Amino acid sequence: MRLTILGGVDKDGCADHIETLHIDSGEIVGIVGPTGSGKSTLISDLEQFAQRDTESRRQVLIDGQPPDAEVRADPRRKPVAQLSQNMHFLADMTVSDFLAMHAKSRGREENLIAKVIDLANTLTGEPIHPEHHLTALSGGQSRALMTADIAVISDSPIVLIDEIENAGIKKQEALKLLAGEGKIVVVVTHDPVLALMTSRRVVMKKGNMVRVIQTSEEEQKVCNSLSRVDRWLINLREAIRRGETVSAAEAAL
Amino acid sequence: MKLVVIAGTPGSGKTSVLMHAARCLEGSGSRPAVVKVDCLWTEDDKRIGRLGIPVHVALSRDMCPDHFSIYNVDEMLEWAKKQDADVLLNETAGLCLRCAPYPDHCLAVCVIDVTTGPNTPLKVGPLLTTADVVVTTKCDLVSQAEREVFRERVLEANPHCRIVEANGLTGKGGSDLAEIIRALPPAAENMMLRHNPPLAVCTLCSGELRVSKRYHRGVLRHMDGFMEYSGE
Ligand SMILES: Nc1nc2c(ncn2[C@@H]2O[C@H](COP(=O)(O)OP(=O)(O)OP(=O)(O)O)[C@@H](O)[C@H]2O)c(=O)[nH]1
Ligand SMILES: [Mg+2]
Ligand SMILES: [Zn+2]
Repeated sequence: MRLTILGGVDKDGCADHIETLHIDSGEIVGIVGPTGSGKSTLISDLEQFAQRDTESRRQVLIDGQPPDAEVRADPRRKPVAQLSQNMHFLADMTVSDFLAMHAKSRGREENLIAKVIDLANTLTGEPIHPEHHLTALSGGQSRALMTADIAVISDSPIVLIDEIENAGIKKQEALKLLAGEGKIVVVVTHDPVLALMTSRRVVMKKGNMVRVIQTSEEEQKVCNSLSRVDRWLINLREAIRRGETVSAAEAAL
Repeated sequence: MKLVVIAGTPGSGKTSVLMHAARCLEGSGSRPAVVKVDCLWTEDDKRIGRLGIPVHVALSRDMCPDHFSIYNVDEMLEWAKKQDADVLLNETAGLCLRCAPYPDHCLAVCVIDVTTGPNTPLKVGPLLTTADVVVTTKCDLVSQAEREVFRERVLEANPHCRIVEANGLTGKGGSDLAEIIRALPPAAENMMLRHNPPLAVCTLCSGELRVSKRYHRGVLRHMDGFMEYSGE
């Protein structure tokens, strides 16, 4: 699948500097920029498959074509899944009952439940049990479960992520998991590890797609070092959670 | 004059969605006007008034707001005509889940908040089951999975509806709703309700305050489901 964004206009009515942006299956693309620079608007254009009918006047194509009006109007047929910071599980049921319900609504087999939970548990330090109540999950557990659920049950070829940095999950693993399934992943982020894991990042300014930065080899090296820091922090956090003490040797990076 | 009835439980996002749709309608040359029906109090007219389109509030006070809307459909249409509008958007109070204030020749829109949980679509009754369009709001607050389950539940309750996923904060869904309204034929002269209102007119409706059956007349249903007529 190839997703194409054709530029529109920014908040002052000036044309996007980036006229055309192609994203192919398996690619992770970032969106960066200060608050109010139009990151969420761009995500929302993608989610709606904007056809020059949103405020930004951008157009989004799938494999070079505008998607059918029916695909746009029928959320069941829209190939998009979304994950964002302010999403929560609100249904008062157990993890396994809920996943069974979701699998059923998607016409999938119920034996996927164990797979989702196992996958989620590779993303969080606090294990999730099938009998846990959804509403009692921590932020990290929720985000891990949502990610695994998107990867396994929703299985949409396009995944849009709006800032998950503070969510307390192994975010790199989460991102790799989603992109690894051959999905197109677009992620709004200020987190250096996530931003540098992408192959390219779109820079937003006052509603304008001003430029695209290709992640350089040097940046990839920075990303690898940062990943080590990140894992180190996660291990320290886990040790403290387990009620252990932390030694100076461990704390030396 | 086209008639759009926008129903849904209090706080579900009716006004937010309506305002985004009205803005899109105006953008394409339509002339929308809004009547908000509520029971006791509302500030929706102030919010909608900011759009610069005609808006009128009608308070039903001691009458069931849905019954009130139904009685006053012709007056509302008359008022909208005087405002030189070509679409009347009627926002209901949305309290009674047993009433569905949709006439047959209108666009019946049910606004429903996904944060109320996956069983809600099965609970809201004719408000949802007789709607043409079901607008789901606050999708930004729940997981993809919950959104998908919710959508399936809506379709279970009303297999023929169109679902519009909306966001009252960003305006997503407003243009989809506006497009559906654009394709709508005008309201007819003699319209019928799609769904019958609750059983009879009871003594409670006419002001009897005393509790328990012996003070009430009409068709009464007992806890065990038994129905009787009490009165002359
Ligand atoms: N997060 C979020 N909040 C929303 C959304 N839609 C509406 N809201 C908020 O929900 C609250 C109620 O929205 P209204 O549009 O006033 O709801 P209403 O159904 O018209 O309410 P009444 O007329 O009082 O029954 C407001 O604070 C809105 O900002 C949405 O999609 N997401
Ligand atoms: Mg309102
Ligand atoms: Zn009623």
